[in-house]
Amino acid sequence: MIEFLMSFWQTYNTLFYTVLVHGMLALSIYITLACGQLSLGNAAFMGIGAYTAALFTMKLNAPFGIALLAGGMLPAFVALIIGAPTLRLSGVYLAMATLGFGEVVRVAFLNMSITGGSVGLNGVPPKTELWHLFLVMGVLIYFFLKLKNSRFGRALEAIREDEVAASVMGIKTTWFKVWAFAIGAFIAGVAGGLNAHFTFFLSPREYGFDFAVDILTFAILGGTGTFWGPLVGSTILTILPEMLRFIGPYRLALNGLILVLVVIYLPNGIITVKKKD
Amino acid sequence: MLQLENIVKDFGGLRVLDSLSLQVGEGLIFGLIGPNGAGKTTLFNIISGLSRPTAGRVIFNGTDITNFAPPKIAARGMGRTFQNIRIFKELSLLENVLAGMHRLYTYSPAAMLLNLPIQRREEKLMREKAMEILDLFHLAGKAKRQAESLSYGEQRKLELARALATSPKLLLVDEPAAGMNPAETKELMGEIVQINNRGYTICLIEHDMKFVMGVCRQVAVLNFGELIALGTPEQVKCNPLVIEAYLGKDAC
Repeated sequence: MIEFLMSFWQTYNTLFYTVLVHGMLALSIYITLACGQLSLGNAAFMGIGAYTAALFTMKLNAPFGIALLAGGMLPAFVALIIGAPTLRLSGVYLAMATLGFGEVVRVAFLNMSITGGSVGLNGVPPKTELWHLFLVMGVLIYFFLKLKNSRFGRALEAIREDEVAASVMGIKTTWFKVWAFAIGAFIAGVAGGLNAHFTFFLSPREYGFDFAVDILTFAILGGTGTFWGPLVGSTILTILPEMLRFIGPYRLALNGLILVLVVIYLPNGIITVKKKD
Repeated sequence: MLQLENIVKDFGGLRVLDSLSLQVGEGLIFGLIGPNGAGKTTLFNIISGLSRPTAGRVIFNGTDITNFAPPKIAARGMGRTFQNIRIFKELSLLENVLAGMHRLYTYSPAAMLLNLPIQRREEKLMREKAMEILDLFHLAGKAKRQAESLSYGEQRKLELARALATSPKLLLVDEPAAGMNPAETKELMGEIVQINNRGYTICLIEHDMKFVMGVCRQVAVLNFGELIALGTPEQVKCNPLVIEAYLGKDAC
């Protein structure tokens, strides 16, 4: 039994790590969705965080905690710069701006020498331990639980429901949207830093448009009514392809089929909040 | 309290408001009436900051708020409701009102994260206040229900409750009785008077003349963006211009 567990862990521990990292990314997009904004830049923010944290540990020998913090701060700072002009407008402008931004970041990674160009960064020191991931995830869950029933959480919900009504009630809509976006970027950046230090290798390809859409799918599949939804969605979408490995070449097709069925039968996501009517 | 000076609003080539000047005194229930398309809602949008006038000034309690953004105007004590109801449908009634109280809260994000006593104290206090406001509109019994489940008339009242929750000095109310049955309208009239008695100045747009004549102390009549009459309900309804443009002979 113990031997089985050991070998199971040997095979699947990376998957377990990945589930936690994807959960963080799902939360990073949830906070912008919570105020009705769509960010397609979270993969890029993750990338910025990953490269920043990796360069901090590799080139500067910085302590892991500092590297992770830097990996969160830089994307958050970038998000403030992109968010301040685009989030003054309501509607799809953030989605458009972040879509373009994601491409810019990918191309920048490909061409800068400090990021290793198309070869990427190799030999990132293995520093991420399971408890780091649990600690960060624990902090995030605590944050979202506290946010939920606070005046700030209610302001985000109000903005999502009706931005005009929220603004005439005195809620500073732009301010909230920009901070939600920046906090999301921070979370994505930290997740990227953690990810970099157990995959040991960074490539610009990982942080492109495809992955931005994957992150969005985590949240949509799980449901965006509460932060548990994106967590459930990311867990399912990360584990499902592995569980379907036994059917060989058709697994991606089956994976897709399952998603289509969920979307048809649970249009609001797997986790829905039902209030009394 | 509220002073409009020569407000002009053009939409493309169309002049919707033409050099409109008005004053709303403190403590009044002020009615704004006129046929559809007279510019009443446009005027509300300008006062609350959702739209900028082409020319003219809006003075609120001595401050020129013409170019202020809506949250800043709200912070100075202006609340409003909308003609097409804009409640937060997915939230409960209580959450709707608590969201309205946003600007009355003082606790910081740090207090939220650390669960400091100030947060708990404020949340408790606000909840009590919110329930009081819901009670005023006879909605307290449904506080936990989803706002979407309310009837049309109740949704209008909830929106009014949410606007009142911002603790405004001036409350702009856009067609509160639209879609209500006579009994609901009568109840609403009582509630509007009650709010006014608590010291809130109210400016309302309404087509139900019984309602306007019943609660308003002063009435302004707009037609094609111009002020054609101003006075007490009795004065206004027998004004020949008003009879011609809006009310008809039988009103007087």
